Amino acid sequence: MDTYYNPEDLSKFSSISEGAPDLWKKFSEWYGAVFAEGALTEREKSLIALAVAHAVQCPYCIDAYTQACFEKGSNREQMTEAVHVASAIKGGAALIHGVQMRNAAEKIGM
Amino acid sequence: MDVHKDNAAAAEAANPFEASLAGSRLFPLMSSCISTLQVNMGRVCNQSCRHCHVEAGPGRTEVISRLTLDACLRILKDRRYPIVDITGGAPEMSPHYRWFVQECRRVKCHVKTRTNLTILLEEGYKDLPGFFAANRVEVIASLPYYLENETDRQRGQGVFEASIEALKALNARGYGMEDGLALNLVYNPCGAFLPPSQRSITEDFRRELMKRHGIRFTNLFTITNMPIGRFLKFLKDSGNLNRYMDRLKTSYNPAAAANVMCRQTLSVGWDGSLFDCDFNQMLGLKCDHGAPDHISGFKGPELESRRIVTGVHCYGCTAGAGSSCTGAVAD
Repeated sequence: MDTYYNPEDLSKFSSISEGAPDLWKKFSEWYGAVFAEGALTEREKSLIALAVAHAVQCPYCIDAYTQACFEKGSNREQMTEAVHVASAIKGGAALIHGVQMRNAAEKIGM
Repeated sequence: MDVHKDNAAAAEAANPFEASLAGSRLFPLMSSCISTLQVNMGRVCNQSCRHCHVEAGPGRTEVISRLTLDACLRILKDRRYPIVDITGGAPEMSPHYRWFVQECRRVKCHVKTRTNLTILLEEGYKDLPGFFAANRVEVIASLPYYLENETDRQRGQGVFEASIEALKALNARGYGMEDGLALNLVYNPCGAFLPPSQRSITEDFRRELMKRHGIRFTNLFTITNMPIGRFLKFLKDSGNLNRYMDRLKTSYNPAAAANVMCRQTLSVGWDGSLFDCDFNQMLGLKCDHGAPDHISGFKGPELESRRIVTGVHCYGCTAGAGSSCTGAVAD
């Protein structure tokens, strides 16, 4: 193995069922139900998944949900905006902790 | 003994697509009738699109002869096939195009023409919207996306803008608005992925084309890119071939397979050869299994219930909601 992440591993996802087939079955059923059309469309769910994939920085998910977004009818502009939403939340989440820094500085400073 | 199981095993060895058919009790795949005679006028085109399975372009010289078109007209008249679907290349560039459309109408056929739209702006072709309307021709126009970037990425710089202008010219003739003047658009993916649901992308096209350009159309057809011709080269060059083929195979849908267009269509090549579809035509896979493979030997009853020639490319028509020259074939 040259790298920890190998694109070909994406298609081997189901091999994780070995050792715990019942848990994999439950996960698969739940996962399928999550992404089925409901109060949100499949397209909206794929865009959310793409954004979350960037937030958790999962290259497998980015690969899979880039394709899924196209196949649900999203375009590059929409997908890029979704990534910006994830980035804004990630950036905002870091920045809001600056208040903690200021509180700590206030406490120990003179 | 399960005959279908035995058939599946035998077919698997020779052709994985036929194994999939056998698994859904469709092997061997047979035509049910001929309702559409699809006529390929040749490979000459004013565009050279990156996805084109025909590999058409301005440098191609293959053009259908008047002799072959005469034979098509005799068949349409004798067998009373209701629909003729004229394709290419840019079919309008054939010197016999207008004559053939008028003759098809004379034998009471419903005429569909494929158009890349930009040809309608070229000198010598600008009057075609009026010609289409006068002959009540159904227009099936390529427009891969409602945004300029995505369209030009696939079809070439400036194609989107020209396509919009051509669509406006068709709308001005009543296309997309009046009964009997159907303007159908063709979406195909701008890359190595399957088309979205026809219903949802139609809503997007209708909303965006109206909002951005004031354009109306009748229906939108989603068509899967076939792994042949220039699109196959793109798949190989970009390292996407295996993944795309896996995607097609794992998305095999028996309901789509049952409704594939070749079961009601016969495709005539520019040189008079007969094929089960335009894709087989580009692969040189002529009608076989005892059916005539050239228009000079045309036999209606044999061709109307012929066995279809298949290959792995056929997964392109059976993936997901399926794909045909008139869009998705399954829910």
